[in-house]
Amino acid sequence: MIIVGELINASRKAIGAAIEAGDAEYIKQVAKEQDEAGTTYIDANAGIFVGEEAKYMKWLVELIQSVSDKPIALDSPDPKVIEEGLALCKATPMLNSISLEKDRWDKLLPVVAGNTDLKVVALCMSDDGMPTSCDDRLKIADKLVSGLTGKGVSIDNIYVDPLVQPLGTDHTFGVEFVNAVKAIADKFPGVHFMCGLSNISYGLPARKFINRIFMAQCISAGLDGAIMNPLDKGMMATIAAAEALAGKDKSSIRYLKAYRKGIVEA
Amino acid sequence: MAIKDVYQAVLDFEEDSIAGLIEKELAAGTNVDQLLQEGLISAMDAVGKSFSEGELFVPEMLMAAQTMKAGLEVLKPKLGAGGASSAGVIVIGTVKGDLHDIGKNLVGMMLEGGGFEVFDLGVDVEPKTFVDAVKQHNAKIVGLSALLTTTMPAMEETVGALKEAGLNVKVMIGGAPVTQAYADKIGASGYSEDAPSAVELARNLAK
Repeated sequence: MIIVGELINASRKAIGAAIEAGDAEYIKQVAKEQDEAGTTYIDANAGIFVGEEAKYMKWLVELIQSVSDKPIALDSPDPKVIEEGLALCKATPMLNSISLEKDRWDKLLPVVAGNTDLKVVALCMSDDGMPTSCDDRLKIADKLVSGLTGKGVSIDNIYVDPLVQPLGTDHTFGVEFVNAVKAIADKFPGVHFMCGLSNISYGLPARKFINRIFMAQCISAGLDGAIMNPLDKGMMATIAAAEALAGKDKSSIRYLKAYRKGIVEA
Repeated sequence: MAIKDVYQAVLDFEEDSIAGLIEKELAAGTNVDQLLQEGLISAMDAVGKSFSEGELFVPEMLMAAQTMKAGLEVLKPKLGAGGASSAGVIVIGTVKGDLHDIGKNLVGMMLEGGGFEVFDLGVDVEPKTFVDAVKQHNAKIVGLSALLTTTMPAMEETVGALKEAGLNVKVMIGGAPVTQAYADKIGASGYSEDAPSAVELARNLAK
């Protein structure tokens, strides 16, 4: 599982306050904790600071890199912010994200096309709105993947985000997403996934419970990446078990490792 | 048989039977305005309160709103004739560049549930479209939604466009990254953090 540790996000109160106060130590601590918890990437998001997002993004990137060798996921809908953060990254980062929205596509595409090592999250969203069905998602993913590969981006560097919509607003939103993961994985062998799954439980109680079961369903459909809290033991345990059950963990070795680390509890 | 049954039907999400209940009440000569206020709107207020208190959840709020709407369809033709007026006219939409509609839709449904006449302009709405809609519908309140920090400035732009057009209209804003501080900063009349509190805010603004 490719995990992007989501905690350094300015829309979380503690992080927003730390950024505002210039509390470098807190940012470093959160970066370190995620690193130690086994995250693959560390997300950096300074989105709430309108007009100053690029400045704070650069500050976050430098702080994270001062305590961790993990690559960074540059998280902004603004291509300019991504570009400025990118210039500071030591390890090949993940860009989160490009979409089919014309403005975002036009501005970020040259960045991705110019550096084919970069990992890029391809968000299934277009100017026509947000996808709700499996078909909607497949159509947008098709355009994103062919558009990116057409510019020389290798399929292995593309992380499709099929866009989770909340189950509480439409009873088909869970199953349509899971079907989309399966359809996209089948249609584009070698493509990766990345998405924030927790939106599935918006408006419902006991959100963690739904989130975990949804994660297991998505993994069995082919999902191999998520932006999440790597300190969430219950979710990490769910992932370890779900990957083993999906036949992705030879000799259940990672599951056993997670068990010995004390992450899995019956 | 009483208005109480209509009220209870909303709370029980009886979408299929509410129209029949209201027709019976109308046939029995119950006052139309009373049916609306004490039957439908009061029930939606109770639903909003339970939601804010964490007792009801989004799917239930949606079912209640759909039930209210089914009831309102029956009442609507009578309302004009009876001289009963709506709580006010509101134009809502998600601002330019932003395609998120779930929060905006929830707010729209609850505003209708609160007795407002709501014109929903959809997503990715240009400031000029808001201005035109306010003029066309003679709205007194505009509700703006944004889910992205990058599209929040479009709220400010829209507030500016409404002012520039010289419209006497109150603007309320909401969405995940939006705060009261931001509302103050851009000169919006108010901010609310969920759909039921948007109804409360709109009622205050409509006074």
